[in-house]
Amino acid sequence: MSASSAFNDEKGGSSNVGEPEYGHDPASGGIFSSDYKRHDDLKEMLDSNKDSLKLEAMKRIVAMIARGKNASDLFPAVVKNVACKNIEVKKLVYVYLVRYAEEQQDLALLSISTFQRGLKDPNQLIRASALRVLSSIRVTIIVPIMMLAIKEAASDMSPYVRKTAAHAIPKLYSLDPEQKDCLIEVIEKLLADKTTLVAGSVVMAFEEVCPERIDLIHKNYRKLCNLLIDVEEWGQVVIINMLTRYARTQFLNPNMNESLLEEGGGEKAFYGSDNDDDTDDEEDKEEKEKKKTEATAIVKRKPYVMDPDHRLLLRNTKPLLQSRNAAVVMAVAQLYFHLAPKAEVGVIAKALVRLMRSHSEVQYVVLQNVATMSIKRRGMFEPYLKSFYIRSTDPTQIKVLKLEVLTNLANETNISTILREFQTYIKSNDKDFVAATIQAIGRCATNIGEVRDTCLNGLVQLLSNRDELVVAESVVVIKKLLQMQPEQHSDIIKHMAKLTDNIQVPMARASILWLIGEYCEHVPKIAPDVLRKMAKTFTNEEDIVKLQIINLAAKLYLTNSKQTKLLTQYVLNLAKYDQNYDIRDRARFIRQLIVPTDKSGALSKYAKKLFLALKPAPVLESPFKDRDHFQLGSLSHLLNAKAGGYQVLPDWPEAAPDPSVRNVEIEEVITSSEGRIGLLGDRREVPEWTKCSSREKRKEKKADKPFYSDSEGESGPTESADSDTASGSESGGGSEESGSGSESEESNEESESASEEDEEEEGKKKKKNVEKIKARKPVPESESEQSSGEDEKKSEKKSKPRIGSTESESEENGDSESESSESEEEESEEESEEETKKKKKTTASKPPSKPPKKENKKEKKEMSLLDFDDFDPAPSPSQVTPLNNFLSSSLVTDLEGLSLTDNVLSPTTIVPSGNLKTYELLHRITGEGLSVEYCFSRQPFSPDPHMVAVKIQFINSATSEAKSLHMEDTKLQSGMRIKEFPEIEVLPAGETLSVVMGIDFCDSTQAANFQLCTHTRKFFVSIQPPVGELMMPIFMTENEFKKEQGQLMGMNEITEKLTLEEKCQGEHAVVQRVTAAANLSRVPCGSDKECRFAGKTVTSGSLVLVSVVTKEDGAAQLTVNCEKMVIGTMLVKDILQALTQ
Amino acid sequence: MIHSLFLVNSSGDIFLEKHWKSVVSRSVCDYFFEAQERASEPENVPPVIPTPHHYLISVLRHRIYFVAVIQSEVPPLFVIEFLHRVVDTFQDYFGVCTEAAIKDNVVVVYELLEEMLDNGFPLATESNILKELIKPPTILRTVVNTITGSTNVGEQLPTGQLSVVPWRRTGVKYTNNEAYFDVVEEIDAIIDKSGSTITAEIQGVIDACVKLTGMPDLTLSFMNPRLLDDVSFHPCVRFKRWEAERILSFIPPDGNFRLLSYHVSSQNLVAIPVYVKHNITFREGSSQGHFELTLGPKQTMGKGVEAVLVSSQLPRGVLNTNLNPTQGTYTFDPVTKLLSWDVGKINPQKLPSLKGSMSLQAGATKPDENPTINIQFKIQQSALSGLKVNRLDMYGEKYKPFKGIKYMTKAGKFQVRT
Repeated sequence: MSASSAFNDEKGGSSNVGEPEYGHDPASGGIFSSDYKRHDDLKEMLDSNKDSLKLEAMKRIVAMIARGKNASDLFPAVVKNVACKNIEVKKLVYVYLVRYAEEQQDLALLSISTFQRGLKDPNQLIRASALRVLSSIRVTIIVPIMMLAIKEAASDMSPYVRKTAAHAIPKLYSLDPEQKDCLIEVIEKLLADKTTLVAGSVVMAFEEVCPERIDLIHKNYRKLCNLLIDVEEWGQVVIINMLTRYARTQFLNPNMNESLLEEGGGEKAFYGSDNDDDTDDEEDKEEKEKKKTEATAIVKRKPYVMDPDHRLLLRNTKPLLQSRNAAVVMAVAQLYFHLAPKAEVGVIAKALVRLMRSHSEVQYVVLQNVATMSIKRRGMFEPYLKSFYIRSTDPTQIKVLKLEVLTNLANETNISTILREFQTYIKSNDKDFVAATIQAIGRCATNIGEVRDTCLNGLVQLLSNRDELVVAESVVVIKKLLQMQPEQHSDIIKHMAKLTDNIQVPMARASILWLIGEYCEHVPKIAPDVLRKMAKTFTNEEDIVKLQIINLAAKLYLTNSKQTKLLTQYVLNLAKYDQNYDIRDRARFIRQLIVPTDKSGALSKYAKKLFLALKPAPVLESPFKDRDHFQLGSLSHLLNAKAGGYQVLPDWPEAAPDPSVRNVEIEEVITSSEGRIGLLGDRREVPEWTKCSSREKRKEKKADKPFYSDSEGESGPTESADSDTASGSESGGGSEESGSGSESEESNEESESASEEDEEEEGKKKKKNVEKIKARKPVPESESEQSSGEDEKKSEKKSKPRIGSTESESEENGDSESESSESEEEESEEESEEETKKKKKTTASKPPSKPPKKENKKEKKEMSLLDFDDFDPAPSPSQVTPLNNFLSSSLVTDLEGLSLTDNVLSPTTIVPSGNLKTYELLHRITGEGLSVEYCFSRQPFSPDPHMVAVKIQFINSATSEAKSLHMEDTKLQSGMRIKEFPEIEVLPAGETLSVVMGIDFCDSTQAANFQLCTHTRKFFVSIQPPVGELMMPIFMTENEFKKEQGQLMGMNEITEKLTLEEKCQGEHAVVQRVTAAANLSRVPCGSDKECRFAGKTVTSGSLVLVSVVTKEDGAAQLTVNCEKMVIGTMLVKDILQALTQ
Repeated sequence: MIHSLFLVNSSGDIFLEKHWKSVVSRSVCDYFFEAQERASEPENVPPVIPTPHHYLISVLRHRIYFVAVIQSEVPPLFVIEFLHRVVDTFQDYFGVCTEAAIKDNVVVVYELLEEMLDNGFPLATESNILKELIKPPTILRTVVNTITGSTNVGEQLPTGQLSVVPWRRTGVKYTNNEAYFDVVEEIDAIIDKSGSTITAEIQGVIDACVKLTGMPDLTLSFMNPRLLDDVSFHPCVRFKRWEAERILSFIPPDGNFRLLSYHVSSQNLVAIPVYVKHNITFREGSSQGHFELTLGPKQTMGKGVEAVLVSSQLPRGVLNTNLNPTQGTYTFDPVTKLLSWDVGKINPQKLPSLKGSMSLQAGATKPDENPTINIQFKIQQSALSGLKVNRLDMYGEKYKPFKGIKYMTKAGKFQVRT
C-alpha cells in the first residue's frame, strides 16, 4: 500500500516539472537537474509495481535509445522487468536488452533463464520470440545455450519456430564463428525443410555462414525451385541469388553454340568494344581457335541439351518477374541474364523497364544494371528506347545513367533519333548532365562511323557555347575524335587553337595543347604562336597544362626548331624551377632528349620517333563494360568493386557435373509430415486448391479438437501450432468464433506463462547470485524473505483462503496479505530451485532411474477392455466421451473399494477406459495401404516404469502383405528414450495388429520422431503426447492431498476461474472430463463442491494435484499444483478446455 | 544484412537510430553528410555510398533520409525496397511520414522496426501482420492509453504470420461489407517543341479498399484484358489463374492495398488529352522576355479535364514575371525560379491562357534553354486506355458485399518541351 502510493507521489513530483526533451509523451516527462537524478526517477518507476509506470519509464528509455543517448546505467533496473506481464513493457525491455546486453554481459545473464523457459513454452509464437531475443543477445558466454536452443528449435514441430531458428544461425555465427561446423549441421537439417516459411530464412543463413558449401543444395535444389513462388518476397531474393550461383556450377552454358555462331556472323565488326558472347576467357580462346577451323566447328560441337533442372529453375522464376517487389524482379532478371539461353533473356526487359517508374533510388540501381546488360545484349532493350528518354525533372544521377543506356543502345538505325534527343539535352540547365551528354555524343561518334562527321560538327558548334564547362567538355571529346582522322580536320584544330585565349578549364587547355602539338604539321603557322602565348602564362598554369606546354614545346622543337628553339629553352628553364617535381623531371628528361649536346645519349636520335609516333585513337568505352563479371544486382556490381562477403559468380563448367546428385528419393517428399503432401504440388499451381485441401484437413483436426481435448486434454507444441494455423487460415471457412476462441485461449495461456515466468525468474536469479538480488530487491520483499522460515506452518493455514484469491496478482496488491503470500513464494522458490536443478539433470543427462512405482492393478485388468475398444478403427471425431462403459466403471469402483469417497457412484476415478483417443501415425494413403494409429493406453509400461505406454495399431488395407515392420532412426530430444516394439514379421493384407511401445518423454511434450520401416519403405513419423498423458494416477488421502498441496504453493500453483459448460455442471461430469483430459486418479473429498485429483509425472515422479471447486451458476475454480510449472501450465489449459467445452 | 538505420532530416541531424546487430557509431553518417554536401540537389545524393568499413544505402522520402548501414554484400535493391516499405508503413500508421510524426511516435516506430527486421533480415513487412502486432495510434487510443496505461501492442499473438495467407489478418469483421476498386491510369509523355509526341505511355494501377468479413475469395475480370501488357501483382494474386484465364483471383488483405499495376501495351496509340500552345522568347540584349501559354483539351473522350496545374522551371536569368492568367492563379518564386499556375478546370469554350512578360537580369546573356513545362491534370470517370472491369465475384463467404469501381486518368510525368 504504502509503496505504491509512494510511487505515485514520486510520479506526481516528477510531472510537475516537465522537461520537454524527455517528455515525448505529454503525460510523462520530468525534469531533473542532472542526468544521474533523472535516471533515478526512471529507476524508481521501473521498480514500481504498476505496469503503467513501468511502461512509461520504458517508453522514455526507448526514446533515449532512439536518439542515441546512453541509457546503459539503467540496465539493472530494466533487466528486472524482463518477465513483466505487460506485453508492451516486455517488448520494450527486449529492445533495451538486445541493445545493451553486449555492454553489460554479466547482468544480461540474469535474463537468460526467462528466455530458456520461453523456449519450452507450448505456444509456438512464444517459443519463437524467446529464441529470437535470446539469440539477439550478444553475450559470448551463452553461446552453448544458444547453440542448444537453435538445435532444438530446428527440430521443432512449428515451422515458425524453425524459421526463427534459421534466423538465429547467422546471429550465433557472427558471435562465435567457431560454431560453424555445428551450425552447418543445423543448416543442412533446415535446408531439408519443406515449408515455405523456413526456406527463405535458411537460405539466408546458408549464404551468411557457409555459402561455399554448395553441395548442401543438391538434394534441396528441386524443392527450392518448386517452393520459390510461395516463399515471402525477401526470401525469394536470397534464394534466387543463391540458385544463380548454384546453376553456374552445375549446368552447361546454354549459349555455347549461339555465341559461336554469332562471332562468326561478323556483326561485331562495327562495335569493336561490344563483346557479344557470354563466355569466360577460357572458352573464348577455345572458341576462337575453333573459329579458325572454319564453320565446321559448329557442326563438330555436340548439340546442347538443357538440363531439365536448369529448365525448372528458369521456368519457376519467370512468374516472379511480376512481383511488386523491385528486389525480386531484379533478382530474377539477373538470374535470366546469367543463366538463360540468349533467346529467352529478352523477357526480363519489360519488367526492368517497369521498375523505372519506381522511386528514384530504385531507378538508380536498375539503370546501373540495365547499363551493364545493354552492352552485352543491346537488342533486348531496343524496343524500350523511349523509356530511357530523359525528363528535365529527373535527378542528375538518373539522367547520366539513362544517357549511358541510350548510348549503349545507339546503332545505325536509331542514332538519328538519339542524336536529336541529345540535342535537346545539351541545352539543359544542368551542366553536369550537359557534360555527360557531350561525352555520350563522342562515344556514339566513335562507335558509329556514319555519324562521326555529324557529331564532330555538332561538337564544334558547341565550342562557341557560352558555358565554359560545355566548351571544355567538347574540346576533350573532339580531341579524342580527331585522333581518329586528323588529316581532314585542320580547320577544327585551328579553331580550337583560338580557344586557348578564352578557355580556362585546365583539362580543356591541356587537350588543345596536346592536339596542336600532335598535329603541329597540320597547323605549322599557328602552333609556334600558341607556344609563345603559353610560355608567357606558363607560371600561372595548372600542372596538367604545364606538362602539355612542355610536350608542345618539345614536339615543336623537333619539327620546327628554327622558330621555337628559344621558346623551348625558355619553357624548359621555367619548368626546371617549378614547384612540382613531375614537371621538373619532365623538363630535365626532355632537355636531355631533344637538345643536342655532346653528352646526349643514344636516345636523342630517336627523339622524333618517341615524340611523334602515331598514337592509336582512344577507344571510348562505357564504364559499364565488363561489369558483368560481378553478379548483376549485387552491391559489388553497383560499386564495381568487390564488397565484403561477395560470392564470385563461378564460370560455367566445361562439362556438366553429375546431375543425379539432385535426385531425391521420392518417398522422402511424400512422407512429409501431415497434410503437406498436397501442398507442394498444388500450392505452386493455384494456392486456392491448396487451401481447399488443407482446409479439409484442418476441418478434420478441428472437429477432433473438442473431443480430443475432452478425452485427453491436449497440448504440446504441435497441437497448439496446428490450432493456430487453423485459426489463421480457417476463418475463411466462415468459422469466426472458432478463430477467436483459440486466440483467447492463447492469450490466457500467455498471461499464465508470463506470471509464471515472473515467479520463476526470481527463483533463478536468487540461485545465481543471492547477494545481487538482495541489493536490488525492494524492501518489503527482503523482509518477507527473512520471515520465510516460519511461513511453512502459516502456509498450510493459508492455503485455503489463498485458493480463492488470485495469487498471481497478490504480490501487487501491496497490502498485508501480499507480504505473506510473497513469503510463501520465497519458500516455494527454494523448492523450485531444487526442482529446476532436478529438471536440468533430467534433461541434460539420462534421467536417473527411480525405484519403480507400484503398478496399478486396476489398469492391468482393464487391458482387455481397452483393447476391445480400440478395435473400433476410427472413432468418429465428434463423439464426446460419453463414458457409457458400465463394465469398466463398475470394475473401477470395485477395485477402488477402499476409497473413502462419500460419493460412491462416482464412476471414473481412474481411467476413462471407454474412449481412448487414437491418433493417426501414418495415413493409409501415405503409407501405401498401411495405416498406423496410436493411442496412449494409460497402462504402466512394464519394462520401464518411466515410460509412457503407447499402443500402436497397424492396419494393412493394402492388397499385399507388409513384411518386417520395425522402427529405425529414432530422433529424440536429449534425455528422451524409446523402447521399440518387437519387429512384426508379416502383416497379411486386411489384417490388424497391435503392439505396445514405451517412450520416456522426459516430462515434456516434445515429439518423438522415428522412422517406421516396412520391407520396402520408410516413413517418417512422430508421436507427440498431450500433457495429460505424461502422468500416472496415484492414490492419496484427503489429508495427504492437502498437505502436498500446501507444499506446492506459490509459483507451483496455478489457479483459473472458469464457467462450467452446461452439460458438465454435475460433479460426475467434472470428474469424467478431468480424468479424460489427464491420467489422474480421484482423491476422496469431504465436500461435494470440490473434486480433487492426483497423479505424478511418469518420468520424474513430480506430483500433480488438481482440484476443481464448483460454485453457483456453473462458476468454478480450477487449481493445479505441480512442481513442474510447464506441465502445470499446460495441464491447466487442457483441463480448462475440457471443462468449458 | 541491414546493420543499422539512421534517420536524417533535411538539416542534417540524426534524429533516430536503430541497430539490429552490434552498435555502429553514428559517426559513420559523416560519409553520408559529405556526399550530401557534394550533391547539388537533395535527390542527387547517391543511394549507395561506400565507406571504409560499411556501405551506406539511403532513400529520400518526405525530406527525410533513411540511411541503412550495411557491412557486406547484399543486393542494393533489397535494402532500398525494404526502406521504402518502412516509409510506407510509417505513412500507413501515422498518416504522414514526417520528422515530427516519427518523433511523436518514437516508441511505436521502434516497435515497428523491431518487428520488421530480425538480425537485419526482413521478418514481418505485411501491414496486416504488423497491425495485429502493433496497433496504429489513433487519437482515441492515445488518450485512452495515457489514462489507463494500456498499450499499443496487440494482446494476441498474430497468427497471420503462420497462415497460408500471411497478408490477411485473421478474424476480420465488418457490419458493412464493401470492396472498392480504383482504376487509376497515369499518362507519361514528352511532347516536343512542335507539339508532336516523342514518347507517350500509359501506366495504370488498381488500388483497392476491401473491408470484407471473414476470408473472402475474390475474382475480378476485365472486358479487355489484352490491353494489359506488363503487370505486377500484389502477392495475393494467383499468378497461374492470370496466366491461364486473364482473371485476377485473390484473397485480399484487409484494408487498403495495391492490387495490380500495369502497363498498357505500346502498340496502342496513346491519346494525348491536352495540348499546349506556347510562345516563350528571350531576346538577345533585352532585359524582357515574352511568355505566352495556352492550354486546350485534345482527346478527352468527352470528359472534362480537371485539376490542371502547370509548372515550369524558368531559366536562372529570369528575375521576375508579370503574367496574366485568364483563369486560376499563378505564382512565381524568384528564388527557385519555379513558376506554377493552378488552372483548375479547362473550359473548351474559353481556353485558359497565361500571358505576359518576364524581366531578366540586366546585361545577362540570353538563356540558351527554354523551360520545360510540366502539366498535371485529372480526368474523372474514365481510364484513358479504355480498360474496363467486367465483373467482381466473391466466393467463400455468404453475405453480399457492396462493390464499387471508379476510373480515373491522371497526368504522370507529362512534359512539354519548348
